[in-house]
Amino acid sequence: MASSQDRSQGRTGGIVSGGTAEAATYTGNRALQIEEPLIFEMGQPGRCGVDLPEPPRVKDRLNGLRRTGDIGLPGLSEPQVVQHYTRLSQKNYAIDMGVYPLGSCTMKHNPRINEKVARLPGIGDLHPLQPVSTVQGALELIDRLAHWLKTLTGMPAVAMSPAAGAHGEMCGMMAIAAALKARGERAQRKTVLAPESAHGTNPATAAAIGFTVKPIPANDRGRVDLTALKAALGPDVAAIMLTNPNTCGLFESEIVEIAQAVHAAGAYFYCDGANFNAIAGRVRPGDLGVDCMHINLHKTFSTPHGGGGPGAGPVVLSAALAPYAPYPWIVKDGATWRVAEDESKVEGTPLGRLKAFHGQMGMFTRALAYIMSHGADGLKQASEDAVLSANYVMAALKDTMSPAFDGPCMHEALFDDSFLKDTGVSTLDFAKAMIDEGYHPMTMYFPLVVHGAMLIEPTESVAKEDLDQFIGALRSLAARAKTGTAAEAFKAAPLYAPRRRLDETLAARKPILRWKPSNNPPETDPVKQAAE
Amino acid sequence: MRYLPLTDTDRREMLSVIGARSVDELFRDVPASAHLGAKIGGLPDHQGELEVERAFQAYAAKNLSPATTPFFIGAGAYRHHVPSTVDYMIQRGEFLTSYTPYQPEITQGTLQYLFEFQTQITLLTGMEVANASMYDGSTGTSEAVLMANRVTRRHKALISGGLHPQYRRIIETTAKWEGFNAVIGKPDVEGLEDLIAAVDKETSCVVVQNPSFFGHVRDFARLAAACHAAGALLIVVVTEVVSLGLLKPPGEMGADIVVCEGQSIGNGLGFGGPYVGLFATREKYMRQMPGRLVGETVDADGKRGFVLTLSTREQHIRREKATSNICTNAGLCALAFTVHLTLLGEAGFRRLAEINHAKASELADRVAAIPGVKLLNGSFFNEFTVRLPRPAAPVVEALAARRILGGLPVSRLIPNDPSVENLLLLAATETATEHGMGPLVAAMKEVL
Repeated sequence: MASSQDRSQGRTGGIVSGGTAEAATYTGNRALQIEEPLIFEMGQPGRCGVDLPEPPRVKDRLNGLRRTGDIGLPGLSEPQVVQHYTRLSQKNYAIDMGVYPLGSCTMKHNPRINEKVARLPGIGDLHPLQPVSTVQGALELIDRLAHWLKTLTGMPAVAMSPAAGAHGEMCGMMAIAAALKARGERAQRKTVLAPESAHGTNPATAAAIGFTVKPIPANDRGRVDLTALKAALGPDVAAIMLTNPNTCGLFESEIVEIAQAVHAAGAYFYCDGANFNAIAGRVRPGDLGVDCMHINLHKTFSTPHGGGGPGAGPVVLSAALAPYAPYPWIVKDGATWRVAEDESKVEGTPLGRLKAFHGQMGMFTRALAYIMSHGADGLKQASEDAVLSANYVMAALKDTMSPAFDGPCMHEALFDDSFLKDTGVSTLDFAKAMIDEGYHPMTMYFPLVVHGAMLIEPTESVAKEDLDQFIGALRSLAARAKTGTAAEAFKAAPLYAPRRRLDETLAARKPILRWKPSNNPPETDPVKQAAE
Repeated sequence: MRYLPLTDTDRREMLSVIGARSVDELFRDVPASAHLGAKIGGLPDHQGELEVERAFQAYAAKNLSPATTPFFIGAGAYRHHVPSTVDYMIQRGEFLTSYTPYQPEITQGTLQYLFEFQTQITLLTGMEVANASMYDGSTGTSEAVLMANRVTRRHKALISGGLHPQYRRIIETTAKWEGFNAVIGKPDVEGLEDLIAAVDKETSCVVVQNPSFFGHVRDFARLAAACHAAGALLIVVVTEVVSLGLLKPPGEMGADIVVCEGQSIGNGLGFGGPYVGLFATREKYMRQMPGRLVGETVDADGKRGFVLTLSTREQHIRREKATSNICTNAGLCALAFTVHLTLLGEAGFRRLAEINHAKASELADRVAAIPGVKLLNGSFFNEFTVRLPRPAAPVVEALAARRILGGLPVSRLIPNDPSVENLLLLAATETATEHGMGPLVAAMKEVL
């Protein structure tokens, strides 16, 4: 299905752009948009991108298990490798290119000093199991970040090892399970309450640990319905999992009452900290009655998202849950730092261990650099600017698009699709049309409680003139949609991206998850062609 | 503050469009009791790049980097040379500052490299399908056990004593909180463990590591057959993925799930993370896999393109019925892995493995020649275990005092077990030189 032949056809159908019909090119490339084969279609035996010395001849000690036959890896020279990945990179949208308003994901600026310090040999080139006497600076660095996280959240303890937000959820919910077990109530308290607007990771996490998830409804202001919550609380409830600010971009105004009710019922309050970036430096979750909260370092503290990770998800813990932190943690004995990792000792944790070694050190370093660069003043300002920018977008678009809720939002502006009613244009179409305007779309169809949801998170990193252009683009698209005659054009979008809409049904119905020589028709196999 | 583009004038104009007098009004839903009037106390204010960099140089100066000293530690994290191209590529902003490819039309770069990555993993492991990465090998191993439990609808996992002790701890933790039975083998120091007799009709899976934590290279074909006869799955864990350049892949031994720590290729030691978990299985179990999967498809013009697929397994669609709660994984570390492996190619990857084996063989012979030191391995790849005449932990400390990072005392990961107290785990990769081996051997003779 994929082939050099397809590529040489260029775009079919003579799409008209600026009055000029696009002509097909011989290569299928279009100036800076270069079609790129898979590495498996490029390689030649005998090529290699590294120079390694001839290995000394030794007698095998492989227990007779030497690999026979080829692995099947292609051979490419270094310049080919550089060109391949450079070309691929140019098919990606990124924060470095412009507004990336992907709600809930916090696509803010990723400073390069963070990358630089993470690569200092004395930090990036350390083995996790070196004698602790040789990594005192690394342990001090982790403890310094832990100090910032505890202070910013007003919580007494933090578990640093979770590898991402969802992993942090696992840590927090296991700590809750451990605390319940210590109270002798693990078997009795099997219910976890979560709003219907919750991230999918919340119910997935709770269910994995054997809890039954019970949804709690929202009120017409997009917040947890306190009366319904109180009615749902009982001796069977282990915890509530609540995002705050919530996934609708709203602060849970009754959060203190929620926490009190949850605690009065003998349950714990898990806060999903995905949206901590809205309040860091202004509000401490510890003051709200939270028992544990993960912090997505790649969101709030801008360690890069990297195309889908790596992240890091340290979990701050209240005094009630602190004894149930997982291994390892950093301890200071006099002037010396050490790692508490010996589960057989008296300091042993009833939770256990979630990850090998000491957590995502590379992310810790970047987050600490980001935090130190901002300082207490800058973090507060960043939160305020994020909230200001989202409210600005909301205010500027409220008459053109349809806000899901009244009143100020926090760091993200949520719209439903009622402004598209009877236009034939869906949220998906609207998002794809944004691509042609040069933007990454907002988060679509999440949270689930809002019809055709569009969740816009501008972040604090966008200049006002760029926000204005973004607002202008959305107004223009909304106006076009509302003409009622543009549905077809919207459905054709995007026209100018490296690819037009992709057939996701085909991908799922007949999954092709790896390259095989037979994926390509033989006559268009470039490897074979090249060989001829 | 250099990262914040809004000026005070901008802020005033924006507030006026919003119709708010101050930004405080936007925070009016925050309960008064939780409102911090001023900035949080006790924390410093913002700093320039120069000051921040200095602070990190000060942290770095308090550590002993392997770059400047003889270094022979492995145990699940291996120091290899990473070509400059790798780090240059992963720092391109288009990769570094993009996210999960939810909008495939403008993230074909990420999707294509992940498709290539998945293909590379299947080739290395000898398996049929692979996902787009897990956090690391250790968490991936636990996910593999959970997957085996789902596939077999059984709840007993047999864990080899050759598995990395921290991986084992994570499985135990998962078992405790997610409700299954993990039967843990005794530390398999000699590489002689035979789990075949323990596999029964209640066993969901057997988890082995190859080469084992202690370095032994084993053939698991018979164990695989025993597992399949009992309706159980064989999970093979590889913590040193370079070994797959030289060793028979787990797929050829009959493995059902293969989990690797991919750090060795493209990713530095980084004091333990972030790393990248490789996860591969048989096609028939594809829909029970955790994590993201990238699949090939076509766009509206019929051109080949790539998308995230089979998402109905995942938390954002399936919620409490998802195969895993994993969301963000290790995209950029997967990119580092795939760029490095592409540079190596068939010839380079195999040669790299040969060099590792040769270096470790040389080190093993030299260390075993020290009086009182006994090599426990009949087989190994680039890591092996020696028994010292006295406890290994103080020996390693004494070596560190001489600025030599001379292996891992097994007692650090398996504490309070007299049978491993004298064991030292040593690794040698292509980065090992005579300038390192010579001083290590000389210093060991002194301190033993």
